[in-house]
Amino acid sequence: MTEYETHEFDVVIIGAGGAGLRAAVEAQAMGLRTAVVCKSLLGKAHTVMAEGGMAAAMGNVYSEDNWKVHFRDTMRGGKLLNNWRMAQLHAQEAPDRVRELEAWGALFDRTKDGLILQRDFGGHRYARLAHVGDRTGLELIRTMQQKAVAEGMEVFMELKVLRLLHDADGTVSGLVGYWRPTGGFVVIKAKAIVLATGGVGKSWMYTSNSWESTGDGHAMALWAGADLIDMECVQFHPTGMVWPLSVRGILVTEGVRGDGGVLRNSEGTRFMFDYVSDMFRAETADSEDEADKWYDDHTAGRRPPELLPRDEVARSINSEVKGGRGSPHGGVFLDIATRRTAEDIRRRLPSMYHQFKELAGVDITAEAMEVGPTCHYIMGGVRVDADTTAATVPGLFAAGEVAGGMHGANRLGGNSLSDLLVFGRRAGIGAADFASARSGEVTLEEGQIQDAIDAAVAPFEREGGENPYDIQQDLQETMQSLVGIIRSGPELEEALVKIEALEERAANVSLKGGTKYNPGWNLTTDLPSMLTVSRCTAMGALNRKESRGGQTRDDFPTTDPEMGKVNFVERITDPSAAPVGVGGTPSVRSITSQPEPVPVLPDDLKALLEEAY
Amino acid sequence: MAEEIIRHNQSGEVTMRIWRGDEEGGEFTEYVMPAQEGEVVLDVIHRVQATEAPDLACRWNCKAGKCGSCSAEINGRPSLMCMTRMDTLPEGETVTVAPMRAFPVIRDLVTDVSYNYEVAKRVPPLSPRPKTADEEEAGGYRMAQVDVERSQEFRKCIECFLCQDVCHVVRDHEENKTAYAGPRFFIRSAELEMHPLDTNDRRQLLQEEQGLGKCNITKCCTEVCPEHIKITDNAIIPLKERVVDAKYDPVAWLGRKIRNRSMRSAEEAAAEAPSTGPAAVLPPGGVQGIPQPRTDGAPVLVTSPSATPPPPAPPTAVTDTEA
Repeated sequence: MTEYETHEFDVVIIGAGGAGLRAAVEAQAMGLRTAVVCKSLLGKAHTVMAEGGMAAAMGNVYSEDNWKVHFRDTMRGGKLLNNWRMAQLHAQEAPDRVRELEAWGALFDRTKDGLILQRDFGGHRYARLAHVGDRTGLELIRTMQQKAVAEGMEVFMELKVLRLLHDADGTVSGLVGYWRPTGGFVVIKAKAIVLATGGVGKSWMYTSNSWESTGDGHAMALWAGADLIDMECVQFHPTGMVWPLSVRGILVTEGVRGDGGVLRNSEGTRFMFDYVSDMFRAETADSEDEADKWYDDHTAGRRPPELLPRDEVARSINSEVKGGRGSPHGGVFLDIATRRTAEDIRRRLPSMYHQFKELAGVDITAEAMEVGPTCHYIMGGVRVDADTTAATVPGLFAAGEVAGGMHGANRLGGNSLSDLLVFGRRAGIGAADFASARSGEVTLEEGQIQDAIDAAVAPFEREGGENPYDIQQDLQETMQSLVGIIRSGPELEEALVKIEALEERAANVSLKGGTKYNPGWNLTTDLPSMLTVSRCTAMGALNRKESRGGQTRDDFPTTDPEMGKVNFVERITDPSAAPVGVGGTPSVRSITSQPEPVPVLPDDLKALLEEAY
Repeated sequence: MAEEIIRHNQSGEVTMRIWRGDEEGGEFTEYVMPAQEGEVVLDVIHRVQATEAPDLACRWNCKAGKCGSCSAEINGRPSLMCMTRMDTLPEGETVTVAPMRAFPVIRDLVTDVSYNYEVAKRVPPLSPRPKTADEEEAGGYRMAQVDVERSQEFRKCIECFLCQDVCHVVRDHEENKTAYAGPRFFIRSAELEMHPLDTNDRRQLLQEEQGLGKCNITKCCTEVCPEHIKITDNAIIPLKERVVDAKYDPVAWLGRKIRNRSMRSAEEAAAEAPSTGPAAVLPPGGVQGIPQPRTDGAPVLVTSPSATPPPPAPPTAVTDTEA
């Protein structure tokens, strides 16, 4: 039997990005014993990479803006697959969350009359993104980090969670994991657990995501018996860096386009005018002249097509490259140099200037950037109750990217940071209420703990097995080439077969070097979740026989209204009886995927969507 | 239509000399890797991990200079591995990568930076003034862009702790850590001092508990800052002036403070810092690594990467040959 240390709290939050820290601050303020657990050091979570801003209908720049317009934009951007109640709460509460952040120390850029400045982004009718240059995520995470520190929050840094633990009746009772610096195992008993673990992008080859985005929360929820929805809806951000290859995928903020940047192909054409879909035709400019007037006055012309929602822009770039009109390194050109003064560019987009200068040797005030789609965000995630963020397993809550429903089939830029705060706060309340009301003993079952620990250390006892980095790379190539931005039935079938084979290989990893800060071991313990979420995405993508938002099927290129009435739900019906896959977790073969109705929109909100532009 | 996977063009080889070991000691190990166009040091480290040494420890997250995780000493210069392009280093020469020297080693390139998290707990947080009637109506505070920009410069900090690493007050004098906040936290205090909404007075705390006087403005911190924050000129020197003004000419100091602020005493401000501090619950061995007092001489002068680098000092005494 392996030894471990034990801790006990009322509410434990897994993940220390924006959603996790916001949940923790709320639960602690309600008087609950609260702790945060994170895989990296505090302040390094993926939120730090968000650039352009935080969408909230504050009306500081356009007084016409209000939550109803924001709701409408979010639902249309999500191709109506959204959980309408989440979209409503988000639009209504985002302004208060932004102002609260300011009272905690965030310093947003200002309007001339001293209020929070808001910038334009794709799919938002009005300039709506509160921002700090192009480093808004850093401002958010640092503010929340400093708030948590000021409140005396307990933070378990560099602790990887392997599995959730549960009572005999299935209610969540804690977690088991290990300290990355020492390899020592840890059990934390909890009355309620909030998943705030972010996304899944590390399973793709070209991604804006860090090593942490391995879908741990998605997978742990599934293994605990919870439902996932919309896992096929993966956002490929239209503008990632494409060169040098070593930086391929690193994010180029949508703020470049919001601030006037345009996309051109190798022939110099602003090609986005050729790709305006029917859904957005009435609100999109049809000439460069009209589009250019819009930047200064949104009533003088309609929006430029470069600011269509991300899924539309990403697909268009993909078509240009496939059509032979790409840039030298397989992207297209994003030009702000000819559109704004060098001084403006450096002031409004300082980290983009810095990033291109240092990593690519490109001066964006003088030349165009080369950009192309990069795996950025998963709209799908844990199925939650909109008001409380409760998952379908008692005691489990989810907020931020790991939760599904809010963004439907495609997320609008800027809606993620506000999502983190709105639903982070709600998760803190939901979990605190659950923990306060929970009666009876919270029990930890030794078998579950030892099972997880044994499986985690097994690779050290194996000789001559697989290198975990090879498996990761093969998974990334599989997902990139077969479950990428454009998908087809036969390729998805092939991906499912390959993921099963990779699971078998992952069960045969062998390791050396001990458990103390060993990245090879850390990666090995991330592989079960990477394989699980990849499987869910491929299954959902195969089942959704249409194109909608972050799901594009070559063999079903149009949107099917019937498909718009369902979410595909992935679950493991009886996790304890499922065959074991890798790391002691249920095999990917035990996951099912089936359609279930999307929550029906009430008539008063439906009317908002149909309002003429 | 399956997406094509693009492969790297390889061009020659690069020799990496990487420090391997833990708090008990270690040594540099050489790895020869294929060189690839446009790479940064972190790419090569990752390739070493993926091929020859899967247990080579290093921290990283964003790989774009935004999170401040991958700090190390490259050819003796404290740098972010993700922002140091291989083609900016002397061509054909071995690249030496060592962990930050000012912090105890956990393993290989990973150091125990908990000192910084402890200092952070002792900084009194923002204490904003109340909203005016106009602001209540407008729904938010009013601040001029020019006023927020001073603090925004310091809020660019990505907490890579390279400034803490290079600062010789702690780099060569472990014993100073108990009474010295370091450049990262001087800019944090400067940010709050210059924050248009803050009402706290941090001068006494800075002088008496955070060791502001120990800084002798050699500007090493400014030189290594990957965010190009003018730490010494824009934060430390103005703070020193404020502290001196407060001591010898309180009226002049008051004049600097922004109008309409209700002033609070340093004691009140200090009382707001959590007394026991957030228990960043840290792993048993990792935190306590063995900090070794530095006895090996003068502060390292940071030179430009093209100049001849000083010989990298191993992070702890090299005694064992096998980690």
